[in-house]
Amino acid sequence: MKRNIETDKPDYQPEFLAGRHYFVLLMMFSLLAGLVGRALYLQVVEQDFLASQGGQRQIRTIETPAYRGSILDRFGTPLAISTPVDSVWVNPSEILENLEALKQVTGKLELNYRDTVTLLKQRANREFVYLKRQLDPGFARAVASDIDGVYLQREYHRYYPAGEVVSHLVGFTDIDDQGQEGLELAYQDWLSAQPGQRRVIRNQRGEVIEELAQVAPAESGKDVYTSIDMRLQYIAYRSLARAIQYHAAKAGSAVLLDARSGEILAMVNQPSYNPNQRRSMAAGQMRNRALTDVFEPGSTIKPFTLAAALDRGHFHAGSHIDTSPGHLMVSGHPVKDVRNYGVLRLADILRKSSNVGASRIALSMDKRDLWESFRDYGFGEASGVAFPGESSGYFRHHSQWQPLDHATMGFGYGMSVSITQLARAYGVIANQGRLLGVSLLRKEEETRSTNQISRHVMKSASARQVIDMMKQVVGPKGTAQQAAVAGYQIAGKTGTAKKSIAGGYRKDDYVAVFAGIAPASNPRLVMAVMIDEPTQNGYYGGVVAAPVFREVIANALRILDIPPDDLPTLVQSREQGA
Amino acid sequence: MSQVLDSDSVSYSRRIMDALRLDPVMLSLLLILASFGSLVLYSASGADLDAVVRQMTRIVVAMLLLVAIANIPLRMIRKFSIWLYIAGVALLIAVMFFGEVGKGAQRWLNLGFIRFQPSEILKLAVPMVVAAYLANRVLPVGLKELLVSAVLVAIPVLLIARQPDLGTAILVGSAGFFVLFLAGVRWRVMISLGILLSLMAPLLWKFALHDYQRKRILTLLDPESDPLGSGYHIIQSKIAIGSGGVYGKGWLNGTQSQLDFIPERSTDFIFSVFGEEFGFFGSVVLLLIYLAIIFRGLYIAAHSTENFGRLLAGALSLTFFVYLFVNTGMVTGMLPVVGVPLPLISYGGTSMVTLMMGFGLIMSIRSAKRFLV
Repeated sequence: MKRNIETDKPDYQPEFLAGRHYFVLLMMFSLLAGLVGRALYLQVVEQDFLASQGGQRQIRTIETPAYRGSILDRFGTPLAISTPVDSVWVNPSEILENLEALKQVTGKLELNYRDTVTLLKQRANREFVYLKRQLDPGFARAVASDIDGVYLQREYHRYYPAGEVVSHLVGFTDIDDQGQEGLELAYQDWLSAQPGQRRVIRNQRGEVIEELAQVAPAESGKDVYTSIDMRLQYIAYRSLARAIQYHAAKAGSAVLLDARSGEILAMVNQPSYNPNQRRSMAAGQMRNRALTDVFEPGSTIKPFTLAAALDRGHFHAGSHIDTSPGHLMVSGHPVKDVRNYGVLRLADILRKSSNVGASRIALSMDKRDLWESFRDYGFGEASGVAFPGESSGYFRHHSQWQPLDHATMGFGYGMSVSITQLARAYGVIANQGRLLGVSLLRKEEETRSTNQISRHVMKSASARQVIDMMKQVVGPKGTAQQAAVAGYQIAGKTGTAKKSIAGGYRKDDYVAVFAGIAPASNPRLVMAVMIDEPTQNGYYGGVVAAPVFREVIANALRILDIPPDDLPTLVQSREQGA
Repeated sequence: MSQVLDSDSVSYSRRIMDALRLDPVMLSLLLILASFGSLVLYSASGADLDAVVRQMTRIVVAMLLLVAIANIPLRMIRKFSIWLYIAGVALLIAVMFFGEVGKGAQRWLNLGFIRFQPSEILKLAVPMVVAAYLANRVLPVGLKELLVSAVLVAIPVLLIARQPDLGTAILVGSAGFFVLFLAGVRWRVMISLGILLSLMAPLLWKFALHDYQRKRILTLLDPESDPLGSGYHIIQSKIAIGSGGVYGKGWLNGTQSQLDFIPERSTDFIFSVFGEEFGFFGSVVLLLIYLAIIFRGLYIAAHSTENFGRLLAGALSLTFFVYLFVNTGMVTGMLPVVGVPLPLISYGGTSMVTLMMGFGLIMSIRSAKRFLV
């Protein structure tokens, strides 16, 4: 190859240089072979490993957000909804290089600039720091737009439009969208959203470049249609709250049932809370007392005592009971009436609310029969709504009854019920003896009439007779005249029970109760009201609880367009008003 | 170069080549490589057409310089060598005092109208001056020539390594060494130098290298020891190349490189983008093109009738090989990370211009032979 040089340079030493060129070529080729070998190693031998390593760096499975289902009233009015919000977060190391932008952002978010800088410097080695959470998306976008290092995270905020009016029923979720109380807890699985997963390619800055595949579709939670009618719920809430305030009572509950379907149209409690403002929540406010709290029902039980006796033919509607001398000794304990009523018809026992009369009727029956009847009316068993913390009440087996228990059961002492249980039992009377399961969920039209738990537990004739007797309670000489609604026949019963404490009863603490049915001739609605420890302006059920019943029922009858069944009184009251 | 079979037009284009004193083979290979490079750059820059246009402008300017230098007679180049060398070293010293600092190194000199790295001049000036010095001497190289040459090489190499710019220092040093090697330093001298160097290696490790350079070498041995720090470049680059597989992911389809995972992906690490998108097959083709250029350079050297030209062309071709080997070796994780671009493909003007001027020299050498015959 270098012959030219040989001729040029006589002192050229061929044997010396010849090897050199081969050496150069050898070196070059071996180095090139090394390169090719390296490429072969990386791209063929290690390819799978390196490709998967690459995948690990760019392919991510990320969540597709999904909504939690809404809780709605029977007409679709929202009671709990999830609204999209954006949280603003920053990567400290990025934003600290652009303090001008940070100043701008903190200004818009109304944060203290200096404090924020101090905070971010403390957390400079993190990659994710919230600046402000759960903001209106439009506002958040305006704040974070086009600023490097400021990012948004989509979240869902649970909002309760009806606030405290229905908070006991609906309950609430925690920050992770898990139901904590009420229907939010009871129907967690149904409501909860299944965030979808999708596989994406992300670049070094974490931005999604390409969608590869949807691993799992996002499934939003399903909606829950409750049986609640918000129009009635508002009225019930307002009436109850006003009564609690007027009578300076400790607490109270009211339940309004659709007599035919067992659906709960309204269920309210006092005290209440606003689930949108969690900071002010106290445990005592959060109980759905209508289902969780029990009390001695007192005189409101008397219609059932009568019904049980009528069912067994011990008495008939025209039977008379001698209640003189106004008290009765049972195994050394006195059962007392307010005064000596003498001989009473059965209807008068309800109208005057005679404890002696009710006791005599109860004692006339075998205690087992009485127990069976009461059990059939739903006392001592859960009402059928699947609600967290629901109480079944307290109703002992007849074998554990003492003679005194046998007597006091007749007027509602020695047992305890929830207001919902009581309303359900009144539903038996309203429904011609059929016990319905009560429901917090809306029933579809076709299933409304065929209540699944429905069973006959009372003769319809007895139910009819008891309703007629209860009408007198609301009548001119009854204890619950304040429950009367013009144009409608109302049947009901008051109760004023002394509050039991360990080993006895407290002297001046009462539970005022009223339960009633409207219209009496063709029952459509059942409502029970309980007010705990009224301290001002009276304490009788007929004074404290009955007005709440009247206000709600009067509005409900009108709103639900239920035809009046007592037109003469309506005409009368019109004339009086004119 | 147009593949026209018509003999008239072939001879016509050859006449143009001859008139411009250009080597058609070398020129075609360079143009193929440069256009290939522009394609890869388009992908590596994230489909940034502006960057490609800027690079193409540089290629054109560099080509014009190539043509200009190819037309300087070799005798003049040889005479000019020493002055270029002196000017280059002077500028290197100037950089020490007035140079601009960029990325932790003081390499750039701003002359107001142009900003450049004087070390680039030495890539050409060192082999030129050593070749010019040795061309008249009796070969093989004696001890005096060896020492003089060693000093000529060492001064700029040390100045450049001090900036610090290890990559350029290696390239300048090897250019000088290749001249000596081709001129014929005795094997026993080289072997003893080699032994001496390996004995000094621990000392060099301790005193000559910067911390970051030591770290880079350690990182090479175990990149996973610091995957987010100094090992990051190597790991990401290996992943990109490896995930290309045999046939690659296709142009513009490299995910690692397109998604910003590769640092310096349009400059020093452009081969990772290439490897990911064109695979093993493409890599081998690319290496073959480089090899063809080097062989053409060596062929011209071998056929040079004059000592200066022969030494210079040989040294420049072999240096080109070093360029290629150091870059691909570093990108594939065989060599430590030193800042050497992939010749004629990496984005950037300085090395492009120097390389093309080097090829201009080689073409001038080729013409010199032609005139002698």
